[in-house]
Amino acid sequence: MKPAPFRYVAARTLDQALQLKAEHGDEARFLAGGQSLVPTMNFRLTQPAMLIDINPLVELAGLAKVESGAVRIGALTRYGVLERDPAIARDLPLIHEALPHIAHPQIRNRGTIGGNLAHADPASEMPAIVLALGGKLRAQSVRGERWIAAADFFAGALSTTLEPDEMLTAVELPATQPGSGACFMEVSRRRGDFAIIGVACTLTLDADGSCTAAQIALCNAGDGPVFATEACEALVGQPVDATAIEAAAERVRSAIDPGGSIHGSKDFQRHIAGVLTARALIVANERARQ
Amino acid sequence: MSTKTETMAGADAHDVAVTVNGTAYRRTVEGRMLLSDFLRHELLLAGTHVGCEHGVCGACTVIYDGVAVRSCLMFAAQADGHAIMTVEGLAPDAEHMHPLQEAMRECHGLQCGYCTPGILMTMKAFLDDNPAPDETQIREALSGNLCRCTGYQHIVAAVKLAAERLRG
Amino acid sequence: MSTRSFGAPIKRNEDARLLSGQALFVDDVELPGMLYAAFLRSNVAHARIRSIDVAAARERSGVVAVYTAADLGAYWAPGPLLVPPPPIAGTIFNQRTQVPLAKDKVRHVGEVLAVVIAQSRYVAEDALSDIAVDLEPLPAVVDLEKAVADASARVHDDVRANIAAHVRQSRGDYAAAKSRADRVIARRFQYDHGASMPIETRGIVANWDARANQLTIWDTTQAPVFLRNGLAAMLGMSERQVRVIAPFVGGGFGPKIMLFYPEEVVIPWAAKKLNRPIKWIEDRLEHFFATTHERGQTHDAEIAVAADGRILGIKDVFLHDTGAYNPYGLTVPINSQCTLLGPYVVPNYDSTFTAVFTNKTIVTPYRGAGRQHGVFVIERLLDIAAYELGIDRAEIRRRNLIPPDAFPYNNEIIYQDFTALSYDSGNYEPILDKALEMIGYDKFLKEEQPRLRAQGRHVGIGVACYVEGTGIGPYEGAKVQVQANGRVSIATGIGTQGQGHFTVFAQVAADHLGVDVADIDVVTGDTDQFYWGAGTFASRGAVVAGNAVNEAAKAVRQKILKLAAEHFECAEEDLEIANGQVSVVGVPGQAIKLGELALKANPMRGAVKPGTEPGLESTQYFGPPSGATASGVHAMIVEVDPQTFTLQVLKYVVVHDCGTVINPLILAGQIHGGVAQGIGNAFYEQLVFDDEGQLLNASLADYLLPTALEVPHMDIAHTVTPSPLNPLGVKGAGEAGAIPVGPLFAQAIEDALGLVQQKVELNEIPLSPNRLFELTAKLR
Repeated sequence: MKPAPFRYVAARTLDQALQLKAEHGDEARFLAGGQSLVPTMNFRLTQPAMLIDINPLVELAGLAKVESGAVRIGALTRYGVLERDPAIARDLPLIHEALPHIAHPQIRNRGTIGGNLAHADPASEMPAIVLALGGKLRAQSVRGERWIAAADFFAGALSTTLEPDEMLTAVELPATQPGSGACFMEVSRRRGDFAIIGVACTLTLDADGSCTAAQIALCNAGDGPVFATEACEALVGQPVDATAIEAAAERVRSAIDPGGSIHGSKDFQRHIAGVLTARALIVANERARQ
Repeated sequence: MSTKTETMAGADAHDVAVTVNGTAYRRTVEGRMLLSDFLRHELLLAGTHVGCEHGVCGACTVIYDGVAVRSCLMFAAQADGHAIMTVEGLAPDAEHMHPLQEAMRECHGLQCGYCTPGILMTMKAFLDDNPAPDETQIREALSGNLCRCTGYQHIVAAVKLAAERLRG
Repeated sequence: MSTRSFGAPIKRNEDARLLSGQALFVDDVELPGMLYAAFLRSNVAHARIRSIDVAAARERSGVVAVYTAADLGAYWAPGPLLVPPPPIAGTIFNQRTQVPLAKDKVRHVGEVLAVVIAQSRYVAEDALSDIAVDLEPLPAVVDLEKAVADASARVHDDVRANIAAHVRQSRGDYAAAKSRADRVIARRFQYDHGASMPIETRGIVANWDARANQLTIWDTTQAPVFLRNGLAAMLGMSERQVRVIAPFVGGGFGPKIMLFYPEEVVIPWAAKKLNRPIKWIEDRLEHFFATTHERGQTHDAEIAVAADGRILGIKDVFLHDTGAYNPYGLTVPINSQCTLLGPYVVPNYDSTFTAVFTNKTIVTPYRGAGRQHGVFVIERLLDIAAYELGIDRAEIRRRNLIPPDAFPYNNEIIYQDFTALSYDSGNYEPILDKALEMIGYDKFLKEEQPRLRAQGRHVGIGVACYVEGTGIGPYEGAKVQVQANGRVSIATGIGTQGQGHFTVFAQVAADHLGVDVADIDVVTGDTDQFYWGAGTFASRGAVVAGNAVNEAAKAVRQKILKLAAEHFECAEEDLEIANGQVSVVGVPGQAIKLGELALKANPMRGAVKPGTEPGLESTQYFGPPSGATASGVHAMIVEVDPQTFTLQVLKYVVVHDCGTVINPLILAGQIHGGVAQGIGNAFYEQLVFDDEGQLLNASLADYLLPTALEVPHMDIAHTVTPSPLNPLGVKGAGEAGAIPVGPLFAQAIEDALGLVQQKVELNEIPLSPNRLFELTAKLR
């Protein structure tokens, strides 16, 4: 399983990388972690004419807190680095909880958050988390830069709204606030496999334990990450008790249109979505009350 | 301004200067040559094995700039300027084995031995970061390496034993 | 014989090389001028070949040759039948074997159409896309029941209803038994066994040296001697001109003993034709199609029982998927047929199977080799009978076990080794008792399960019994030799794929020859080192080759004593062999190192008596009259999440009897590995085909091998009933771990979820969370 021939270029600068991408468009692909791209190349399912290796662009990696208090993560930041960073555990507990489910340590040592998001596999965990948190993603090209809201980034299975000449260079996510609790759960066949269904949720409670904000997003529930809008709206303004949780789970079950696979039929996925939504909300609620 | 018409890799030759197990190598390779093939067939370090070429089995795991990675998912050209440790570099010298290798032998942690180099490199990196793991942590760290022979039990025992010895 | 080495958990001789990455596997062979092959494979399951145009591929830079069936000329021929059908009266058998490159028709996805030989594997794969193939697709034969309909499309045009074979074996009078029964239980069972997926795929390097007139082949085969013989015949060469080396092999498990795979036949031919060494390494994608599977059977079975649970008779009719060709004969379904009887007294038995051609990869034995399917049927029937009769599951098994005084126990039907199925020795009740004790069976059912249920946890227990026919003939041989440097060398014809032969065989010889295991060099799998043999399969390596080593070591011991007695001018009884030397007991200083004695046995001058042989060497063969029957019980406690249907094994116990144990550490490894594959078979692995015969999950991301998180810690214990069929008393152990895991999972999951009480039965393998969800739909 050897890849088809391509022209390999190790980018020296971000400008050079963007210039090449502008010239070659969809015939050139950025090589970041390669953990999603290279397998498809070895299967010859993908045959890019050019690979622009952006790993030398170390300035694209790293975390920083920005003025608004949000966490800005460089696209080239490796999952293994995020796993070991206490700032992630503290500020982005959803990511911290999801990381052990993302593939395996060797994959996480190379795989990058930007690469994973730009690959946009509907079964991937991170797109659902970014969507749940209402993050934004920075795209850069020779034409300049723009920020794309998470809700506008994912365009279908393996598809994003990045233009052919754009590179995803950062993702910015709001940090968790006091009074909030988050939970990520997934069911997969083995640890590290793609989720049959995954649920990422956050709840914010007021002093009386009443829900003031809810965010629920699922992976592998559609052709991209799915935000369960109705379920979230229905949770706001009341305590997150068993009835509210069951109602939310039911809304999630009705809202999604999973594709089914050999690992789980659509009915099974729908069923799991309801089960995990309920379980994740219970945990998020407990964490919010702490 | 270059044109968009360059697609053939026939003229695509890349210099790779890479340090493997402390030795500096210099080769010229096609852009698409996988790092696993480079190690095995260019450098004749055949201890790193190939099991799937799609990043699942872990047999090709090497330590790249200090972390365990799947060499079948990297290109040799990427390794220019980097440092790699393979199973051939694990033992301190010709007369002695690394505690992980010794423990694997004592605990019968290998049968056909094909997945073993990948497991050794994964566990070396794991123990470097986690010197006192419990069984659950070991199994989690091992879950990215497939073994079809051993059922993992003796490998887990070997890692525990090696960890004890490495802690002194 | 002292027991210093034999029976001890000695560390393996071969490990240092494997651990340092210095062991030679086939892909490690590098030869000057070597070329690389890639095969073009069909991407449809069933089609007529209209044309294959390789002109463009031949033009590609870096391509040296491209061949199709037409280029093979008279060399092209269907492969030989490796295992003829057993001598069972009334058997129908339609032999159709695989071909080196497809001609006229392709019969499964992945069947080879052409081969490209190029400067690198990369270029060879590039050239595959240059080849234009014109195929006329035909309806694919996929489902077994549809396949045997007269109107079905035919995998082989002249084989009606895709009947590859039809075999009936019976004993006693089932109809009469049924009429006497207090209860008759009939069910349909579906058992699917997957693919072996060794971490090393197949590979071959062929090196033709025209000047030395010698062909050397490195191959990941489990049967180097048979491969050498067959290839020599095909290539019109003498066997002495062909050397097959199976070096270190990264896992075999059965499919690597399938012989005359197309690639094995084409690559040596091409190497001779081009006068260049050629390497072909199967990639993992190819492996899903090109290396044999085991796959599925559908059983309609019924059991007639008395009110106390005793089996009066069993009737079973099953369909067996044999794939597109049947070179391996009927080994797998015969094993299913025979092993269904288990460790139980089954006075009346009527078993019929139809082996069915399908447009899928060939089916040949994979660890368990069809035993799993039969064991699933009997164990499930007993569970159902237990429930209906109100008898405990362990108790119903106990009541049916063959008693210890009934051996040798003759089941009368014909086994895969063409002899009557006879169990040589066994003592089954203590195995069951030990397993129940280790798993805490009674306490679990009476106390722990109710307590956990009250907490809302769904925990269940299972117990399953099996026997395994091992150590079959025809024979193996071994040559043992004391070398001039005092080291002992052993050579045998079988190959090694991780079973520890380099150590185990040394252990067998070490005590006879008074040397350390570490001073013995074992060579396996090289036809130049040992000429004769069958191969590593059917859990027979330790039994058959081990006993050959034993005979040869004993013979060498006799030679040592005879020569030393002459040397010291004493009686043989006065001598002792230990620590690498022979000494006269009680006379210090009267000692000679074995190496020196070996030199004396090969003098450069003087006279040697006629009829004697030089050296301290002996070659002996061992062929058992029939197989030795190992047995065991597995028990498991599992927790199932009642909403997600994911599960976790909380405890796993194996009690196993494989007779005398040579190395308990290596034996434990074999059990662990077998169970791991059994767990994969039970709950994770399934080859998923669509109606067109396309494999939907041809990658390790979707064909799910269990990892260290899916395989639990196992507690192993042994009982020992030596085999009377060989001097060492050993029985085989390689496959045992894999055999009963399917019914164990079905039983324990049913127990955890209380399914049987709710009229849901799990009569199929593999299971999965998704499948459990579907099967329990009526309960929600």
